[in-house]
Amino acid sequence: MKKKTVHFTVNGEPHEVLVESNALLINVLRDELGLTGTKYSCGTGECGSCTVLVDGEPVLSCLTLAVAVDRTDIVTIEGLAEPDGTLDRVQEAFLDHGAIQCGFCTPAMVMMGRDLLNKNPNPSESEIREHIKGTLCRCTGYTSIVRAIRSCSK
Amino acid sequence: MDEMEHLNPKDLEEVFRAIKETKGQAKFIAGCTNVIPNMRAGVISPELLIDLSGLEDLAHIREENGSIAIGALTTISEVAASGLIRNQSPILSSAAGSLGNPLTRNRATIGGNLADASPAADMAPPLLAMEASVHTERTGGRGRKISLDKFFIGPHQTVLEDDEIITQITFSKPKDPANGSYIKLGLRDSMAISVASVAVMLEMEGKVCRKGRVALGSVAPTPIRAYHTEQRLEQGEIDGNTVEECSAIVQKEIFPISDIRATDKYRNSITSVLLKRAILQVLDGGER
Repeated sequence: MKKKTVHFTVNGEPHEVLVESNALLINVLRDELGLTGTKYSCGTGECGSCTVLVDGEPVLSCLTLAVAVDRTDIVTIEGLAEPDGTLDRVQEAFLDHGAIQCGFCTPAMVMMGRDLLNKNPNPSESEIREHIKGTLCRCTGYTSIVRAIRSCSK
Repeated sequence: MDEMEHLNPKDLEEVFRAIKETKGQAKFIAGCTNVIPNMRAGVISPELLIDLSGLEDLAHIREENGSIAIGALTTISEVAASGLIRNQSPILSSAAGSLGNPLTRNRATIGGNLADASPAADMAPPLLAMEASVHTERTGGRGRKISLDKFFIGPHQTVLEDDEIITQITFSKPKDPANGSYIKLGLRDSMAISVASVAVMLEMEGKVCRKGRVALGSVAPTPIRAYHTEQRLEQGEIDGNTVEECSAIVQKEIFPISDIRATDKYRNSITSVLLKRAILQVLDGGER
């Protein structure tokens, strides 16, 4: 199969990766770049655990071809905290509210929480629930997650 | 997905050059939200993907000569967030917000939803009720304008030729954009393929319906218009009787199947209920 070189930045760092045409972004991020914070769960775009930001918008990396994100800026969960390790406010809130059980949905939930607050600094509970409609959690029942995100409102 | 090539043309000429070179054996892709799951399930195994997402000119929402024009590559999120669409077609806005989930909507495109032509395509019923047209481009400049009610010919089958792509979807600005209703019934509130969906647009003069458009999803091999129901709506004043009669007529216009989401009997029954609700909703102020 033909291989292509794709260029993108991930968490601010430029990368040049040789990929097959059918390589999925999630596998390139996890296997080639070692960024395993983004989780592979359903593989069919129905759980949201593979969420990353591409040019500022959250997308399902398991449904995105690596060749389709050439020349884009990608942010993964590893890029959310400050370089010195200071956690993002949403990450702190998840810790404070016990919004993590098995942790598998957590990177995606945190990304979606951060994305919502960037767009809407004061979301209502229903707006939060609306925003995480594509991100499934099998453990918490969502209450603590919604509470955590809500606590970050201005 | 063993052997696969991916092309990323930057303009339409490149697209048609690529089609010529591959003799029409390519699959057009954009958001890939259906294509990749289908490829992984082995439903399709294209050898060549022509990625249309580089055609930035085809992502727009604007007013043109009394019509609203939506570029085929506009994402569903963009449609859902558009103030212009919310004003000129609240039912389309509502349908866009109901497709998939927030993540899928950020990549899925309106052109892709129509080209995929699922009988359950969420964008189809409102666009049918708006009497929308699909505009295409083809090799040799043979692009055409196709009325959406002539576009779908079967499940996942459209009149598009192998070398033809959708560039734009248009509809005339409605007289009363708010006089519409869209109801999608799914087994979940999100990430649901519709069990049945109804879109209604009415042009009213007092209690008289001057023009009625009713479109349905997931109850036939394609998204359809309910022409007999529309005719009944347009026969003078709409009252309780009209609504009852329409909810019976519509059941004769649909061909639902039983599948993993619902039985044909349930779909038949629920379409009647949804239609009634939709008409009453319009009479009660419509979608804003």
